[in-house]
Amino acid sequence: MKQFYSFVRKEFYHVFRDSKTLLMLFGLPIAQILLFGFALTNEIKDSSIVVCDYAKDETTFAITEKLAASSNFKLERSILGAEAIASAFNTGRAKAVVVFPQNFEQSLLHEYHAQVQIITDASDPNTANTLTNYISSIIMDYQRSISPTQKLPYQISTEIRMIYNPELKGVTNYVPGVMALVLLLVCVLMTSVSIVKEKEMGTMEILLVSPINPIWVIISKALPYFALSLLNLTIILLLSVFMLDLPIAGSIFLLFAESALLILAALALGLLISNSTNSQQAAMLISLMGMMIPTLLFTGFMFPIENMPWPLQIISNIVPSKWYYIIVKSVMIKGLGFEAIWKETLILLGMTFFLLFISFKKFKIRLA
Amino acid sequence: MSDVILNHITKTYDNGAIQAVDDVSFEVEKGELFGLIGPDGAGKTSIFRILTTLLLADSGEASVNGFDVAKDYREIRKRIGYMPGKFSLYQDLTVEENLDFFATLFGTSIQENYDLIKDIYSQIEPFKTRRAGKLSGGMKQKLALCCALIHRPTVLFLDEPTTGVDTVSRKEFWEMLKRLKAEGITILVSTPYMDEATLCERIALIQDGKIMSIDQPTQITAQYPQQLYAIKAANMSKLLHDLRQVDFVSGTNSFGEYHHFSFTDDVDRSDDLLHFLTNQSHKNLDCHQTTPTIEDCFIHLMNA
Amino acid sequence: MKEIVIKTDRLTKRFGDFIAANEITFEVYKGEIFGFLGANGAGKTTAIRMLCGLSKPSSGSATIANCDIYKETEQIKKSIGYMSQKFSLYEDLTVMENIKFFAGIYGLSNQEIKNKGEALIDKLGMQEAVDKLVGSLPLGWKQKLSFSVAILHEPKIVFLDEPTGGVDPVTRRQFWDLIYEASARGITVFVTTHYMDEAEYCNRLSMMVDGEIRALDTPANLKKQFKAATMDDVFFELARGAKRGD
Repeated sequence: MKQFYSFVRKEFYHVFRDSKTLLMLFGLPIAQILLFGFALTNEIKDSSIVVCDYAKDETTFAITEKLAASSNFKLERSILGAEAIASAFNTGRAKAVVVFPQNFEQSLLHEYHAQVQIITDASDPNTANTLTNYISSIIMDYQRSISPTQKLPYQISTEIRMIYNPELKGVTNYVPGVMALVLLLVCVLMTSVSIVKEKEMGTMEILLVSPINPIWVIISKALPYFALSLLNLTIILLLSVFMLDLPIAGSIFLLFAESALLILAALALGLLISNSTNSQQAAMLISLMGMMIPTLLFTGFMFPIENMPWPLQIISNIVPSKWYYIIVKSVMIKGLGFEAIWKETLILLGMTFFLLFISFKKFKIRLA
Repeated sequence: MSDVILNHITKTYDNGAIQAVDDVSFEVEKGELFGLIGPDGAGKTSIFRILTTLLLADSGEASVNGFDVAKDYREIRKRIGYMPGKFSLYQDLTVEENLDFFATLFGTSIQENYDLIKDIYSQIEPFKTRRAGKLSGGMKQKLALCCALIHRPTVLFLDEPTTGVDTVSRKEFWEMLKRLKAEGITILVSTPYMDEATLCERIALIQDGKIMSIDQPTQITAQYPQQLYAIKAANMSKLLHDLRQVDFVSGTNSFGEYHHFSFTDDVDRSDDLLHFLTNQSHKNLDCHQTTPTIEDCFIHLMNA
Repeated sequence: MKEIVIKTDRLTKRFGDFIAANEITFEVYKGEIFGFLGANGAGKTTAIRMLCGLSKPSSGSATIANCDIYKETEQIKKSIGYMSQKFSLYEDLTVMENIKFFAGIYGLSNQEIKNKGEALIDKLGMQEAVDKLVGSLPLGWKQKLSFSVAILHEPKIVFLDEPTGGVDPVTRRQFWDLIYEASARGITVFVTTHYMDEAEYCNRLSMMVDGEIRALDTPANLKKQFKAATMDDVFFELARGAKRGD
């Protein structure tokens, strides 16, 4: 036990004495969170919208023409029922749907009050917000043009329904995704490089020729990164809550527990990678490329998985971060409890055990 | 019983493409200072790695302290000390932290075996808070040796400990080894420097994976088949060239200040030779008999 | 009169407060085999880097192959060859590919590369190994090949940094045969080594201790000066009192 403690202490020395590692370990996540949270926006140009015109009167045609004339939109005229609307969003056919009820003009002229419904996909809240604003302003504009006087007896009020994300927080999308990305990347990278560094420097030889079961070497390397990743997680959550205004709806303990699971999976992956190579550069490359691309593509925070062709959807199932992302969104954003995510947790648990098992099994007790 | 035994050990790499160790057998007695002498690529590191249980041989058996290197590797790993080729300590830990770590690794402490390393450690102790990476080559060597000794191993394996180090540091290192031998530790050292061979009790000359000769250094030089001569002149380069033209002279090799050679029939024809060389306008000729060095023997065995 | 190929005058290199090389002053003549000895940490590598035009001196002056060490570093690099133990050739290229590559770097024409390349291979007897990867060659062959490639463009000076480390005794001597030949052709050889018998092969030697040149003479004179029987003893006398290194 004393030996294990001595190992762990040595590993902490290594981490804290290497300024580059520290920078990566802490700087990277913070940078990513802030970047994703603040800086990234989507463009609104040529967004597809569908106009469901049940009224088919002059006014609705006029408004529709105005919408069509705008360069922000690509218009499609179609009648869609509720289900069709949902699938229109799922398939990406529309980013917004404008619904004119049957007696639009009549209501407007006789009752001095008519309603238009604008439905947008707010899982991308930035776009949703902007779209609704554009559409609303075009309608307002029309309104002003038909009654140039100040007082507006005829009013069209738009009722906006943001589905999937009533509060319109952009970060609900990104923060869980960045958490997954950062935890995975950093853990895999750091662990694999740390182990391969020992091989490259020759100290691994000396460690092997000692009474210690080399598996303790590995565990001692994983421990500092495990602890530091949890610290990282805390920082990310603090940033989200206080800077990006994203409170944690559910149980913090559950969040940390699930994160610990992902970290373990990442550490096991790092160990696996380190078994297959003897050069730090190769370890870094494999870790970055092997982890970053699948995580970015298949977690579901940058690109909706449901939009992908089904072979890729199947592939996404073996990416641990995908399950973690669902779990975090459920716990952190929706405030759900364990009952809601026990399936995903089980899957993640299974993956972690599997990875730990093969990485330990493949660990070499000799040089070749 | 011998502390280290190798029996027909063979090792190849790249699926048999590279023959690193070719049917090597030898034994090292307890408390012996044994040298494995040969150039890079001769197979020294492979042999050491097999003995320290880091590699499995293709065929043959080997044992250390009576334990088989393949089956009982755990027992061996508890008992031996190992200093691999490159400087393999933690660059970003201090001298003291390194030593402490290795002591703990072997379940002991610096204090327990301090008397063993005291002579060596006292030379680097003033620098004990310095990071190991910032030490000079000679100091790194001493630290590595301390770390290999801190648990009082029964057998010490030193793989090219003096490579790339200047002659002064090399001398000091061998002095340290001699004192360690007095403690009863069996020491196996590999080195490409032939002049270090004489500092060992017994040596094995190895080239291309094969052992060419094993014996005490004095015995090996005694077995040099012919009388060796040393000769020098004002123009050594020309001398070498001219010597090689003489048909009754063979085995000419430069050896620093002198050239070494033998007479082809082992008959002393120095007078004829000097006569010939003077005719070639050589000045300040000095020719005399000399005792062979290990390097002479190595070259002879290589060419055999 | 002997032609001077390297002339330095109080060449110094400082890293902050630390003086790595202190007022190095010496001359090297054309065709000389000049041994540059010293313990580890004595400042040899620093000095060589300056002479090769790789590192700018802090003060002092020097001309290498008639090129100024401050202003004409690119010309210096064209007039010299370099070979070290750590890097010589690309292991994953063949013998021929290495020859072509390095010859090309030094601006040899295709015809020259062909002729000199073939001559080189003939001389070293490496005809069968021409298309073999350098990584698969024995160390001794690599070193000899490396040296030959370093002088392919007939430089005025060739710098050799511990070229024979770990090489077997037969190949070591073959290597020095190549050095002698180069020297006879007028190429100045600037060599560092830890083998004291190789120190004897040099026309003149210098020994660096603690960043300074403490001795500069022929091997014979040095032995007389320090009343030593071998170069080993000379080195020992000089290096013993060194503060740096150990």
